Amino acid sequence: MEGDIAQLGQFVGAGLAAIGSGAAAIGVGHVAGNFLAGALRNPSAAAGQTATLFIGIAFAEALGIFAFLVALLLMFAV
Amino acid sequence: MADNGYEGAHGAEGGGLEFHPMDQFIVKPLFGGDAIHWYTPTNVTLWLFVAILAVTALMVLATSKRAVVPGRGQSIAEMAYGFVYKMVEDVTGKDGIVYFPYIMTLFMFILAANFLGLLPMAFTTTSHIAVTAVMGFGVFFAVTILGFVKNGASFLSLFWVEAAPLPLRPILALIELISYFVRPVSHSIRLAGNMMAGHAVLKVFAGFAQVAAIAPIAILGVVAIYGLELLVAFIQAYVFTILTCVYLKDALHPHH
Amino acid sequence: MATDTHGAAESAAGMPQLEFGTFPNQIFWLVLALIAIYFILSRIALPRIAAILAERQGTITNAIANAEDLKAKAAEAEESYNKALADARAEAQAIAAEARAQIQADLDVAIAKADAEIAAKSAESEKAISAIRASAVESVREVSVETAQDIVGAFGGKTDAKAIASAVADRMKG
Repeated sequence: MEGDIAQLGQFVGAGLAAIGSGAAAIGVGHVAGNFLAGALRNPSAAAGQTATLFIGIAFAEALGIFAFLVALLLMFAV
Repeated sequence: MADNGYEGAHGAEGGGLEFHPMDQFIVKPLFGGDAIHWYTPTNVTLWLFVAILAVTALMVLATSKRAVVPGRGQSIAEMAYGFVYKMVEDVTGKDGIVYFPYIMTLFMFILAANFLGLLPMAFTTTSHIAVTAVMGFGVFFAVTILGFVKNGASFLSLFWVEAAPLPLRPILALIELISYFVRPVSHSIRLAGNMMAGHAVLKVFAGFAQVAAIAPIAILGVVAIYGLELLVAFIQAYVFTILTCVYLKDALHPHH
Repeated sequence: MATDTHGAAESAAGMPQLEFGTFPNQIFWLVLALIAIYFILSRIALPRIAAILAERQGTITNAIANAEDLKAKAAEAEESYNKALADARAEAQAIAAEARAQIQADLDVAIAKADAEIAAKSAESEKAISAIRASAVESVREVSVETAQDIVGAFGGKTDAKAIASAVADRMKG
C-alpha cells in the first residue's frame, strides 16, 4: 500500500464517509423501533402504516447510501 | 487500490489479498471488440433481455391456463398484480388506477433485475446509475408534466404549505422546492446504491475467503449478506414503486 | 480515472458506474426493455390477470348466491317437515283420543251389562238361597219334631204331636 499523501487522504476520507452508513443504521433503527413501539400500543392501526414505515426507512437509508457513495467515489473514482 | 487495475482474476495471485468488488459492474460487449457504441449488444443487453424473459414467464406463461383455482406460478403472478394494484389504489386513490400499467412495468422490471442480479456470475442492471437515473428522471418528468397538465398553475400550490404560519411559508416553499428537485436524484441513487453496495459487500466477503483462517466466517458472512440482499432486492423494488405512487399522488392532488 | 470513454474491461479502472461512455448504450437498451415489458404487461398479462380475477370473483359470488339459495331451500324444507310432524302428531292425538273414547264407551256398556248380569245372578242366587234356607228350616223342624217325639217316647211319655210341634216351633223361634 505504498502511495502518496493524496492517496492517504482519499482512503482516510473514504473511511470517514463510511461512518455515515453507521449513522444511517441508527436512523433506520429509530424508525423501525418507534414503529414497533406504536404498533404494540395500537396493533389494529399498525397494518395500515407499513407503507409509511418502509418509506421512512427508505428515506433514512438513502442518506446512508449517499455516505457510502461518497466513500466509493473517494476509493475508486477520484 | 484505485490504481490496481483489473488484470488479476479473483484470487491470491499477487501474493496478498486482492479485492475487485467493482469488477462485476463492468459493461462488456457480448461479442468481443472494445468499442461500446449505443447499439452494441453488451452484458447489460443480455441481462435486460433475461429480465424481459423472466417477467414474461411469470406474468404471461404462468397465467396461460387462466385457471379459476390458480397453480403456483399463477398465484405469484396474481399476488404481484394484487400487490401493486392495491398499492396504487391506496396511495394515489381511484384516479391513479389509470397509471397502474406503467407502475407495474417499473415494479416488475426492478424486481426481476434485482433478483436476477443475485444469481452468481450475473450482471445487475439496476446497480448502474445510468439505468436507475433513466427511471428516476423518467418518473420525475412524467409526474411534473402530469401535474401541470392536470392542475395547471395550481400545481405550484404543492410548494405553498397552507397549514403553516404565513411568515414560515416562503422558507418552507424553498425547502419543498429543493426537496422536489432532489427527488429524482435520491430516487435513482437509492436503488443503484443499495444494489451496488450489497453486491460489493458480497464480493468483499468472498475476497476474505481467500485466507484459510477466516474462510468459514467469510463464507457464513456471504450467506448472511446474501439473505439480506434477497430482502433488499424486494424492498428496493417496493420502495421505488411506492415512492413513484407518492409522487404521482402529489401530481394528481397537489393540495395538502 | 472514470473519464476513459469507450472503456472496455481491461481499461475500466475506477467505478464502472461512472464510465460515461457506456451510458448511451445502457439507456438505449433499457428504454427498449422497458417498452417491451410495458407492452407485454399492458397488452397481454394485465388484462388476462384482471379477467381471471374478475372470473374468480364472479364464480365466488355465484357460489355464495347458490349457497344462499340452498340454505333458503333447506330452511323451507325444515319448516315443512316440522309442520308435517306437528300435523301428524295432532292427528295421532285425535285418533288416540277417539280410540280412547270408543274404548271407554264399549267398556261402559260391557260394565253395565256385566253389572246387570251380576245383579240378576245374585238375585237368583239369593232366591235360591232363601228357598234352600226355608227348606232347611222346615227339615230342621221336622227332624226336631221327630227327634223330640222319639225322645219323649223313649222317656215313656205320651207323645202329643201337636204340643211337640208347637214347642219345637217356639224353640226354633227363640
